[in-house]
This record gives sequence, structure tokens and C-alpha cells, in this order.
Amino acid sequence: MLRFAVQRLLGAIPTLLVLIALAFFLIRLAPGGPFDSEKQLPPEIETKLRAAYNLDDPLPVQLGRYLLNIVQGDFGPSFQYRDFTVSELIATGFPVSLRLGSLAMAIALLLGITAGTLAALRQNRPADYTIMGAAMTGISIPNFVLAPLLVLVFAVWLGWLPAGGLGDGSLRYLVLPVIALALPQVAYIARLTRGSMIEVLRSPFIRTARAQGLATHTIILRHALKPALLPVISYLGPALAAIITGSVVVEQIFGVPGLGRFFVQGALNRDYTLVMGVVVFYGSLIIALNFLVDLLYGWLDPRLRQS
Amino acid sequence: MRRIFAGALILTLVACGPAQDPAASAQSAAGGSTDNVLRIGNGAEPQTLDPHRAEGVPESNILRDLFEGLVGEAPDGSLVPGAAQSWTVSDDGLTYTFSLRPGARWSNGEAVTASDFEYGLRRSVDPATLSRYSSILFPILNAEAVINGELPTTALGVRALDENTLQIQLNAPTAYLLGLLTHSTTYPVHRASVAAGGERFARPGSLVGNGAYQLSEWTVQSHVRLDRNPYYWDVANTQIDTVYYYAIENPDAELKRYRADELDITGALPYQQLDWVRANLGDELVISPYLGSYYFGFNLTQPPFKDAKALRTALSMAIDREILTQRVAGAGEIAAYGWVPPVAGYTAQQPEWASWTQAERNARAQALYAEAGYSAENPLRVEVLYNTNENHKRMSVAIASMWKQVLGVETSLLNQEWKVFLETRNQKSATQVFRAGWIADYNDAYSFAQLMHSKNEQNDSGYVNAEYDALLDKAAVEQDPAVRAGYLEAAERVLLTDLPIMPVYFYVSKHLVKPRVQGFVPNIMDHHATRQLSLNGG
Repeated sequence: MLRFAVQRLLGAIPTLLVLIALAFFLIRLAPGGPFDSEKQLPPEIETKLRAAYNLDDPLPVQLGRYLLNIVQGDFGPSFQYRDFTVSELIATGFPVSLRLGSLAMAIALLLGITAGTLAALRQNRPADYTIMGAAMTGISIPNFVLAPLLVLVFAVWLGWLPAGGLGDGSLRYLVLPVIALALPQVAYIARLTRGSMIEVLRSPFIRTARAQGLATHTIILRHALKPALLPVISYLGPALAAIITGSVVVEQIFGVPGLGRFFVQGALNRDYTLVMGVVVFYGSLIIALNFLVDLLYGWLDPRLRQS
Repeated sequence: MRRIFAGALILTLVACGPAQDPAASAQSAAGGSTDNVLRIGNGAEPQTLDPHRAEGVPESNILRDLFEGLVGEAPDGSLVPGAAQSWTVSDDGLTYTFSLRPGARWSNGEAVTASDFEYGLRRSVDPATLSRYSSILFPILNAEAVINGELPTTALGVRALDENTLQIQLNAPTAYLLGLLTHSTTYPVHRASVAAGGERFARPGSLVGNGAYQLSEWTVQSHVRLDRNPYYWDVANTQIDTVYYYAIENPDAELKRYRADELDITGALPYQQLDWVRANLGDELVISPYLGSYYFGFNLTQPPFKDAKALRTALSMAIDREILTQRVAGAGEIAAYGWVPPVAGYTAQQPEWASWTQAERNARAQALYAEAGYSAENPLRVEVLYNTNENHKRMSVAIASMWKQVLGVETSLLNQEWKVFLETRNQKSATQVFRAGWIADYNDAYSFAQLMHSKNEQNDSGYVNAEYDALLDKAAVEQDPAVRAGYLEAAERVLLTDLPIMPVYFYVSKHLVKPRVQGFVPNIMDHHATRQLSLNGG
């Protein structure tokens, strides 16, 4: 088991290095630079700025220095937000994104599984059609359309919820962004659950349970739900990725100061260090989570450890 | 002349003082305990709150509340004493002596002294500060050499003569110096907090200012919160307790937050919703002239516009600016035939054809187009470059169709993302016609005129005319305001004959302001200090 863990860990390092190198060169490949602005810099000042940010060294040297620094946890100063380091920005942005993302994930799972199960139990009846119709709509409406509509209805017309920002950080500011982020996932999970639940309900062990006269809710909760959730669990990885990418859009629309918003603004401003910081941070996070999942699988299924 | 000017300002201020006092204290007593919080939509996230390194509009809006320069601005934008209560100018116009307001304090209670201003200006031009805007201080003696690292910062022509007296020496008489001293690069900074906080001192807890407000909270990409500075010299007349500046780049999102009553003042307006705003929020819409010029530039370093004055004139004549401002821009922008917007002490210049009808202009444009060697069989093919934005797109499409209709020009449109656009435009190799806009740094025609000087880095047209440069150089050292304006006006006439650019319109500022906000006076610089505003009830 230990050898397996070490193997997987060693495998993760090159992945991370490739990711860092790709992001490093791609952002520098983009035309325009961090110091381009409407008011041109005097050449002397630009020279000094480039020197201060070590932009004059050959790219491999810059990359090498960057790698050395991030090993020590130093993501460098932000080019755009000159009063902050990238580590500080990540430290303020990530908790916001984490809160937003985990709430969205929780709601997506809770609502999705419930709706999917209900639809499966009423298969091909009006309730099923309604739920699946709603799910289809949820999947097809992109969040950048959904989000402004939510704001218009719930903030501008009804005045129930704030239209944007994070305010004092209370939950009411997160309701609309969480809904915008969660709805497409709710829809997807509902469809997955419904499909696999219908299959499970047709299987012999459920028929046996029914024959034994067990109550419907016992059959569903005790016996059918667990096997029916397998496809949902394997969808968790893609769902997490979808929520992270979705947060880039949703945070921007609602003005939520999370990592997604930093990433978008960083790219527009050619804030090399901030973009790199977010990429490395999210990249490491996803690689770490995948590593944990691998370990989990390895622990569950010994055959995987041998291969 | 100038001494009288300064004296008159002080008199006005003194005259206003006692009249305002009782009214103000009565009002704050009545509404003070309730919701005395102002919420402003402020465009992009500030890059920094270090006054010497800041460059953009969102930053300077906040810095005007946090700091006070030697010279201040009244609500209508006119210059009034700021941290200096008065000043004198030597007869040769080269030496300004400022007398600071006695008893002025930093937000930590320490006294503001002349040496704080001396330190601030030296820090601003110190190459180590990496200020991107310090070149604006070139008029000060030795500033250019210090910025270029050729002289130490102590060589800068700024001296604290005693605790309350500051002297600034100039390279040449600079008529706009007082306006320049409202700019954030001239603000004083608190030496001890800069020493302690290093290059990141401009944060809550370590930023010490001399303005009416102090920095309490800063959440990047969300908001900056300021609270009243109890040590500010005019705190008795400062009415709003707290002000929030929200970072909202998207005007649509900003409008929604305004409608949801989360903002009191918006920083911008979405053009597509102007009609709706007029119909539904007309009373809260404040539109007024803004010191900015929207134009398209021609690249003079390459064909087809190199040595092609007739062609440039034809293109400039063939666009109907009344339609462009009324139907395409539509917020009340002013059709521009000249380069410098209406500004005090300067007579606006226009080419002769500005007074013609559009039909007459079109006829002349067609003749010039033919003269330049183009025809229906051999049309001009040209590319118009603009930065990706719905408004610029609509403007470019409208201009292209006017050129097509009047002259038969084949135009292709190209848009580029902002940073890419800036790089392309600056290289002067891949552009033919490009969009541009210029907002004045200070309230003076020179802020526009200097842009077209052959040595200016932002001269993206590559315009070189010795006569134009000579007139500007004369204006730069001229003391008599009328003579100086004459030079600048003559220079603009030269520019408008050469037409390296095609003026389109003069900007307007556009804000939505809630009825509860009192004292919001539109002005040409679009500067609004929170201490000059107040709120009605809650």
C-alpha cells in the first residue's frame, strides 16, 4: 500500500511541473504585457520596472526562479495589485471560493438526488416529466444567462436578496451565486440518479424486498439508494471541476471576491504572477484530490495496487 | 495677477465658512445617528492606494478622500486652497511658496509639516518608488534628471523652508502647476508609516493620510471602506461617516446593484440601457461635460496616410458627427471638430468646415478623395482597429458605413482585447486607423496639446510637425496666460490643418445619483470628494 502511495505521489510531480511550465509560457505568449497602459511609460521607468520584476532574464531562468520560490511557498508579488502578494490574495480569495463551491456542491447533491429519486419513482408520469423537463432546462441554460436573470428577479424586482458583492459575508449574499453555480449540477445529478435508480428498482433484490412486504421508503433508502448512487459518486470529480470553472464566471457576474474573479481579472491585466498562482494552486488541489481518490480506490480494490 | 487670484479664492472660502457651519452641524445632528453611509460604484479594482504609484481613475477617486494635496478642488472643480492655505508666486513665475494650514494633522494625530510634502514629492520622483506617473512632475526643477536616476532625490526643486512653508522651484513658468498639485503624485505621505510598511504600506492599519477619511478595510475585488478622519482640519464640515467604494467593472451589474438600492452613486452607465434609464430613472441621471476627447487616429508613419493630408481631411469631413453623437453614442456627447474640449481660459478651435452643412462637407470630401487618387474603381481599402467593446464597435461600424456611403471606402474592422490593442497601437507598424480617447490629467488645454508633440510617447499617430512643437515649447515657458493660450490655440489650428487624428466627440460623465445624496455637483474633471457630499435622513 505504501509503495502504491509513493508511486502515485511521484507520478503527480511531473504532472504539476508540466502544468506550471505550460501556464508559464502560455501567459507570456499572450500579446500585450503587464505594463501596457493607456498612458505610456517613460522608457527609463519601464526598464526599471522590468528589472524589478526580473522580466529581463531568459525565460528558462525566470521559470527556474519561479519554481524555487513556489517550493518555499512564495508566489511573488502581484503585478496588478501592487499592495499585495499573490499568496495574500489566494489566502483571501480561496476561503470565499471554497464556501461558495462547497455550498453549491451540497445543494447540487441534495436536490439532485432527491429530484432524481422522485422522478424514478413516478417514471413516465406527470411528476417525472416535470422534474426531467426542469432538469433539461437547467442543463441547457448557461450560468452567465441564469445569473443576471436571478439578480433581476430576486434582487431588483422582489428586493429579497442582494444583487452582488459579498457585503458583510453573511449567507444572504451567497444565495444567488450558489444557486447559479448549483443549478446546472442539480439538473445533471437528477438525471443520473433517475437513470440508475430506475435500473436498480427493476433488479431482483428489490423485487424480493417488495415481496417481503417492506415499506417503500425503507426499500428506497436502505436498499436501492446505495447502488443507485454509484454513477453519481463517480461524477463527483467532473462536478468539482465544473464548479471550479463555473465559479470563474459566477464570481465575475456577482462581484464575489473569490479566486475565480482574481483569475479572470489577472488574465485581462496580464498579471503573470496572479494567474500563475491561481493555476498552480487549483492544479495542486485537483492533483491532491485525485491522489486521495486513487488511494481510496486502491484501498477498496486491491487489484489496482498490483497493476 | 496670480497672487490676486489666490487671494480671491481664500476670500471666497472665508466668506463661505461661517455661513456653512451652523447649517452643517444642525444637519449632522439630525441625521448623524442614522444610516450615514455612502456607497459608490467605482469601476475597476484599485491597483494600489499608494498615491505615488497610482495611475487610474478608480484609485484617484479613493485617494482624494484619503489625502489632501497643497491645492484642492471645490465641488464645481475650481481650484481652492487645500493643505496649503495660501501661496505666492515669484515675479519670474519660477518659484512658488506655499504656506501650510497650521494645525493640520495626519489621521494618527501627528502634525502635517512642510517636510512631509518635501518627502512626498521626493519619494514620488525617486526611481526606486517605481512610479508610473511621475513624469507628470517634469515641470519641477530637476524632476526629469531625478526620475532618470541622474541626480539624487535631494536635488529636486522642493524645499521645506520651515515647519509650515514649502517652496517649489520650476524649470520654466508652468501655468498649470496649481492644477497639477491636485494630482495624487504630489500628495504628502507619512514618513514613519512608509518606513515601517515598506512598499506595501498602503493598507488598512499602516496607511496614514492627511485627508478627510482614513482607510479602514480593503477586500480586493470587493470593496474599500473609509471612515471619517477625526483629525482632519475641516472635520466639522465633513458630514458622511463612512464611504464604501465598490469594485464593479461591469456597468450592467452596477446598474442592477443601484436599482437594488445597494449603491448611491454609479461610476458608469451601460449605453444599451440609456433609454430605459432615461425613462425610468431620469431624475437620478446626471450627465455633464467631461474633459476628454474621443477620436480616431491615422498612422502617419506608413501608407496610405503618410503624406496624405487630402485623404485624411476627406475621411474626417465625410463622417456626420451629429448622427454619431446623437444616434450612436447617445448620452449627450458633444460633436467634436477640434482636439481640445471646451476648457477655461482657452478658445475652442475648429476647422473652417465645421460650420458647413454635412452635404457641403461631403461634396468637398469627395473632391479631396479624388485628388488623393482614389475613385470608385480604385477605392481606398483601410483597416480600423479598436479595442473590444460594444460601444467602440458601434462607433466604428457607423463610421465605416459613412465612409462607404460618401466616398466608397472599403473598410475592414478589427477588434483586439485591451492589452493587445495597446501594444499594437503603440508599435505604429500594424495600424492604419485606430480608436483612441484621452482624458485630461489636469484642467488645462496643455494636457491635450502635449499628446501630439513629436516627443510624446503617446503620440500613436507618429505626428511630427516642427511648427506645432515650437508653438508648444513656447507655450510651456510663457507666463502671460493670454499669450500662452494664444500659442496653444495656434498649435491646435496647425493640428487641425494636418489632421493626424479625426476628432469624433467630447466625453460626458454619466452617473446615477440617489435623491438622498446632497451636494453632488457635476464638474468637468468628474472629481467628487466625499467630504463635499451629505446624505438626507437614512
